[in-house]
Amino acid sequence: MSLWVDKHRPKSLDALSYHSDLSTRLSSLASSGDFPHLLVYGPSGAGKKTRIVATLKELYGPGVNKIKIDSRVFVTPSNRKLEFNVVSSVYHMEITPSDMGNNDRIIIQELLKEVAQTQQIDLSARQRFKVVVINEADFLTRDAQAALRRTMEKYSPNLRLILLANSTSNIIAPIRSRTLLVRVAAPTHEDIAKILSSVAKKEKVSLPSSLADRIAVESGRNLRRALLTLESLYSQNDLLSPDTPIPTPDWEIVVSSIADDLIKEHSAPALLKIRAKFYDLLSHCIPANAILKTLLFRLLPKVDAELQSEVVYWAAFYEHRIHTGSKVIFHLEAFSAKFMRIFEM
Amino acid sequence: MSFFTKQGGSSSSKATGTANPRQVPWVEKYRPQSLDDVSSQDHAVEVLKRTVLCSNLPHMLFYGPPGTGKTSTILALANQLFGPDLAKSRVLELNASDERGISIVREKIKNFARAAVSNPTAAQRAKYPCPPYKLIILDEADSMTQDAQSALRRTMETYSRITRFCLICNYVTRIIDPLASRCSKFRFKPLETGNAFVRLQEICKAEGVRYEDGVIESVLLAADGDLRKAITLLQSAAKLHGSTADDEIVKEDNVMEVDDEASKTVTVRSIEEISGRVPDSVINSLVQAAIPTPRISENFSTLQKAVENVILDGWSAMQLVLQIHDTLVFSDDFDGRAKNMIVAAISETDKRLLDGSDEHITVLDLLVKVSGILRKSN
Ligand SMILES: Nc1ncnc2c1ncn2[C@@H]1O[C@H](COP(=O)(O)OP(=O)(O)OP(=O)(O)O)[C@@H](O)[C@H]1O
Ligand SMILES: [Mg+2]
Repeated sequence: MSLWVDKHRPKSLDALSYHSDLSTRLSSLASSGDFPHLLVYGPSGAGKKTRIVATLKELYGPGVNKIKIDSRVFVTPSNRKLEFNVVSSVYHMEITPSDMGNNDRIIIQELLKEVAQTQQIDLSARQRFKVVVINEADFLTRDAQAALRRTMEKYSPNLRLILLANSTSNIIAPIRSRTLLVRVAAPTHEDIAKILSSVAKKEKVSLPSSLADRIAVESGRNLRRALLTLESLYSQNDLLSPDTPIPTPDWEIVVSSIADDLIKEHSAPALLKIRAKFYDLLSHCIPANAILKTLLFRLLPKVDAELQSEVVYWAAFYEHRIHTGSKVIFHLEAFSAKFMRIFEM
Repeated sequence: MSFFTKQGGSSSSKATGTANPRQVPWVEKYRPQSLDDVSSQDHAVEVLKRTVLCSNLPHMLFYGPPGTGKTSTILALANQLFGPDLAKSRVLELNASDERGISIVREKIKNFARAAVSNPTAAQRAKYPCPPYKLIILDEADSMTQDAQSALRRTMETYSRITRFCLICNYVTRIIDPLASRCSKFRFKPLETGNAFVRLQEICKAEGVRYEDGVIESVLLAADGDLRKAITLLQSAAKLHGSTADDEIVKEDNVMEVDDEASKTVTVRSIEEISGRVPDSVINSLVQAAIPTPRISENFSTLQKAVENVILDGWSAMQLVLQIHDTLVFSDDFDGRAKNMIVAAISETDKRLLDGSDEHITVLDLLVKVSGILRKSN
């Protein structure tokens, strides 16, 4: 049985419920015959992927939904063998850089050339070009992005790229220059509440509208999160009422407790205790920057106006170090120590 | 049947099945074919034309921001020197999508560089200058490793009698000095509004695009000197409105189609919508939230909320910072000292974003800093 998030995912552009102007735009691009390369960006859970899958369907028809997974082998210049999974239909292919690690450049070079040099196999295909969707494009290495540049121009008769990213800041300028930027904003609270109600209706669950609103707000405008919350509330409660409590994820509870610790006690032993909690979070694969960010927003309401600016300053400072440094725990710990200090003064 | 099955092996341009044969992006369709078609880069083009006349070419280094005509210029030049047939044996084009590690430099590039120069046929000689050397184009050379670049030095010198190099890059500082100093440098500037305007007008005419006044101006504003971006934007906008001559023909056999002239005209608003530029109202509301009032704590929560909304609306942080910069720095409301400090804060923000920092925290930090700076300067 699939999750509601997947089960009720709209399959076509006209079934998408919010940002209808964007859906119209994508649909006229898809029907125009010369579809550009796209860079689709927006916060996570905003529905980028769903929208793109729907666009592909508009481009090629239902055949794109027949997906299979091939395992492919690449050989690096240093003769190392890389195995890599590729998701594809007859018309399109999907790759994710985090699956390829530091070798993303080689895989991209090989894979895209191969795609570009092969014809559409389905002779009655609606488009002459094939589409390669790159998930998490903002995690491509600079080298891999550079490798895309001329490929995007040279093979444009046979190949279109759709890059998906949370932000465009890590996409190099020459790539941005070659794509049409498509922003997908997170749905509003009202959008989310509406979708929750309609899913509830399809699942024959009675959902009080005030609870739908609360789930929407709690989700931080993240539709995926909202739907998951709704499904888990439904499975944990016999009846959903306007004041059914919405549980906080475990890891956020831990972060909140760190925030409390930081306010309460300022000493070396306290820091040691906090460090253990950080380690615990990290060992559960919670990304360090998510920890720091959540911690910041838990701390802010607890401190005076004068201090808030300073806390933001140091949070931003150490968050940056998380990305440029080598061991994330150092920076989480340093932020905590810094906070204790400025809080005391 | 697999996605990878080769059909006829090559990418021959035979259109298949019902697929639309007109699927060439305008950027490729309107890529300059000769040096005369290259807009705006007068200096570079002038010098290069002279080299065509006297058939003497130095090693060259083209540098400049994306979409300014570097690749187009060298391809046009190669074509003008050798013609399409001879170019096959005389020109080697390698770019970042090709493997260009040190071993390739040592083998492929070196072998090509030292190979004897092929002879043009009489027909070719009649039409093109066919100078007696080969041309190696290393496009996107800034992505070559230092080692690979060093290995090029000798090759460049040893075979300079029969081989010329053209290196192309966005950032001239990424090319090692010993290489750069062996080349004549050509800087490609962001396209001037005047020339780019004419180019876009020509394209609109050729494609039969209908547009309201101010459309081309707003395309150029969004593209910021990048003609490729400008053309892509224009094409997308035209497709969104179905406002090109092509679309008309397609629709002719559809008798029921109600011809709605107005909706087929590209508007300034639609350009703004697809350009990725943040609307002024959004920027102003952010800046307004950063302007300090006596109520510090209320101030802070307003600012925090404003930043959160903008981030969740998905606006790109880089673009936000760029426009915040312009709004603050060109404003008359702040003194020079405050502006100095703001610019320093923006510099730090830009660096952090490039390093992959979280956009939400980073933008919040910037605006909190701005707010603090303004508070002190009052
Ligand atoms: N100076 C110009 N004159 C006419 N058209 C141009 C010019 N510059 C760019 N263009 C248009 O933009 C497209 C891309 O230009 P080109 O490939 O030459 O850019 P580039 O400088 O090589 O960029 P990059 O640094 O991203 O590789 C061309 O196909 C053409 O349509
Ligand atoms: Mg180029």
